[in-house]
Amino acid sequence: MTTEQSLTAAVVGDEPPPTRRSRQSHARAWDGLGFGFLAKLALMALVNALGVAAGWSAYVNGAWVLLGVMVGLLVVADWVYFSRRPVPLKYLFPGLAFLAAFQLFTIGYTGYVALTNYGTGHNVTQAQAVDALLSQNEKKVPDSPTYPLTIVEQDGELGFAIVQDGAAAVGTADQPLAAAPDATVADGVVTAVPGWQVVPKNQVLSDPALADEVLALRVPISDTAEDGSIRTGDATIGSVYRSVLVYDEAADTLTDAETGVVYRATDDGQFVAEDGTALPVGWRVFVGFENFTKAFTDDTYAGPLLKIALWTFVFAFASVVVSFFFGLVLALVYNDPRVRGRRVLRTLFILPYAFPAFLSALLWRGMLNANPDYGIVNQLFFFGARIEWLDDPTLAKVSVILVNLWLSYPYWFLVCTGALQSLPGDVQEAARIDGAGRWRTFQSITMPLLLVSTAPLLIASFAFNFNNFTLIYMLTGGGPRFTDTSATLGHTDILISMVYQISGVAGGRADYGLASALSIIIFVIIGVISALMFRRTRQLEEVN
Amino acid sequence: MSATHVQDGVMATQAALRARGRRRRWFAEVSWKYLLAVVVIVYAAFPLVYVLSASLASSGTLTGSTQLFRSVTSANYQALDSTRFWEWAGNSLQVAVVTAAGSVLMGAAAAYAFSRFRFQGRRGGLTTLLIIQMFPQMLAFVAIFLLLLSLGAVIPSLGLNSKLALICVYLGGALGSNTLLMYGFFNSVPRELDEAAKIDGASHAQIYWTIILRLVTPILAVVGLLSFIATFGEFILARVILTSESNWTLAVGMYAWVSDQLNANWGLFAAGAVIAALPVLVLFLVLQKYIVGGLTAGSVKG
Repeated sequence: MTTEQSLTAAVVGDEPPPTRRSRQSHARAWDGLGFGFLAKLALMALVNALGVAAGWSAYVNGAWVLLGVMVGLLVVADWVYFSRRPVPLKYLFPGLAFLAAFQLFTIGYTGYVALTNYGTGHNVTQAQAVDALLSQNEKKVPDSPTYPLTIVEQDGELGFAIVQDGAAAVGTADQPLAAAPDATVADGVVTAVPGWQVVPKNQVLSDPALADEVLALRVPISDTAEDGSIRTGDATIGSVYRSVLVYDEAADTLTDAETGVVYRATDDGQFVAEDGTALPVGWRVFVGFENFTKAFTDDTYAGPLLKIALWTFVFAFASVVVSFFFGLVLALVYNDPRVRGRRVLRTLFILPYAFPAFLSALLWRGMLNANPDYGIVNQLFFFGARIEWLDDPTLAKVSVILVNLWLSYPYWFLVCTGALQSLPGDVQEAARIDGAGRWRTFQSITMPLLLVSTAPLLIASFAFNFNNFTLIYMLTGGGPRFTDTSATLGHTDILISMVYQISGVAGGRADYGLASALSIIIFVIIGVISALMFRRTRQLEEVN
Repeated sequence: MSATHVQDGVMATQAALRARGRRRRWFAEVSWKYLLAVVVIVYAAFPLVYVLSASLASSGTLTGSTQLFRSVTSANYQALDSTRFWEWAGNSLQVAVVTAAGSVLMGAAAAYAFSRFRFQGRRGGLTTLLIIQMFPQMLAFVAIFLLLLSLGAVIPSLGLNSKLALICVYLGGALGSNTLLMYGFFNSVPRELDEAAKIDGASHAQIYWTIILRLVTPILAVVGLLSFIATFGEFILARVILTSESNWTLAVGMYAWVSDQLNANWGLFAAGAVIAALPVLVLFLVLQKYIVGGLTAGSVKG
């Protein structure tokens, strides 16, 4: 430790210098109406209020994990801001909390989901799946009691009000029937319920959409799906419907009471009968590395995956090389004091960079339209020829790289100009004195020095383009489609856009498990690239 | 005397020769640079000129946009009023401004802690941030989607289709992408200033808010601006999280226009693009100098 550092440590350290009398921390002391202390108090009051509200909501909904996290965060937050010791944490905590919740946790969660079969048909837990199956397979109980029924409405949600043994009960699809003692019953029919609006029968009959909704409405009798539900066929009489499936918890089977077919729970998270028929609702199960094997062996995905992975590398590499090269040439050419108006030129050169990237991609999508009546590029520069810029597999790839060149050469122009201007002049002068020509100087002096300072940026840019979803998705949408697979993937799809298609977050069949597995593969690739980067640069050494 | 005359004459001829040589060299070495500049400028600016022309075209379709400036009307701009464009622009602005402000505050606080305090786990923390910086947050969009799906069942304002949730997600990525950039700048502020203040009885909070933050304003502006531009153009997370049309940002909404009816919506798109790009373009060109410094320090355009 140098003297300077030890001095600093003494001053900055937690313990006050021994010569000063120790005084109360700012965290708790009331030394007058300090604005800072009041502001902190108000902020912390707000944070606590929000935290308690969120925690309460979690408690009501039975979300125990979330409740634990909320309480934990709140306790840590209060400790950090009302105790005097963790001074650095006072500055780090907000950022760390967000980082932990929305980046670190989600990365870990991606890893977890990758090992499950989470997706369409496997969205819920087994208990929820059983409930869903029971309610989906309900039939009217043959000798069911019937109840006089009234359609009611609350905030746009329909419900049934029935009279059971002279007492009124109200329920909706989400709220099981509950007694409504303050409802008005006249002639054995509910005519009014406080807080609810009665929907007249005529209205149901005259509005087909409403009638369909009423006929489809299922009001559970209790919280347990086995108890069945109340449904109606004519909007005036309700009857009891009960599931034809019977769940045997001990054997983990569902039995169809009518046909006698037994569906057994499998390790894949589905109920399957002897003959192989499966019930439509499954549940999430841990499948190990099945998603990874599926990605590489499944007919639908394996072929496209290899092609797309290869193209992702080609795209990222070519984009960086082409735009770096063009930017470098421009920088070399215009780093010349004899050229006048260089500031104006620079501003004009970097115009594409100042235009939001997503708009550029969409703009080029229109400009490159194949039909010369539509696309100005074909019309103006190719004499109205019909060149399929975005629809031919090879041309589409070239177009994507050329558009990316337009988008990113200004970045490299700026970076290289900066790097060229900061090159040490004496080395170049020495080379000239030693008789090196211009090309030789460039090759042996300028270029190596330039690469040293731009290498980290080149690798970062490679990593960025590796995941350049916006450009691909907005320009080609991944198209033109592969013809040899049923998956909605195409020749210009890169790995991240493949993940997007498979995940189904934008609609269609969802396979979160497989999508997450592919994300993990991208993580690994990026990790390797970063490791290379760390080895190549001294960034780590700056951290001390 | 005559000798000097002769000498003068020789020197004059030599000077003339040199001047001619210089001019020839200028033609050979400099003039083509202007020609090349014209070509590059055409390449750089053509799409922008085109979008301006398309936005002013009377037909409002892609078909009618292939001749530059055939007609000049403001019809497309007026037509924007009958769409959700301004709503989306408002959403984009809200999300981007709040995210930028939050990123600056959290990043600056973290950079201050790393730069001015010595604590356990400091080195580890910085290294971790360096590694996290490599993994773009959007890679985990499936997990983010699922997290918000279950979070929304308990706290609806943090669930899917909430702008607040989107902002929180963006803020989750803030520390990883900005802290190191700011850390370097904070280190360049002389420590003697804090020490002097400390001796005068200032608390760490007073030093931070009244001394350090004022000295690092340039980097705060750069980070704020970069974060604003990145958030403004972010697509995948916004697309996944914001489900209802009234909550969309410009990136999501304008993509929907173009992917849905490329030809018919072209005029609207062009007019919207001009309006959406103008503030960013102006900010960028005016603050060029600062942004370039920030860019070369490691962030890439998003």
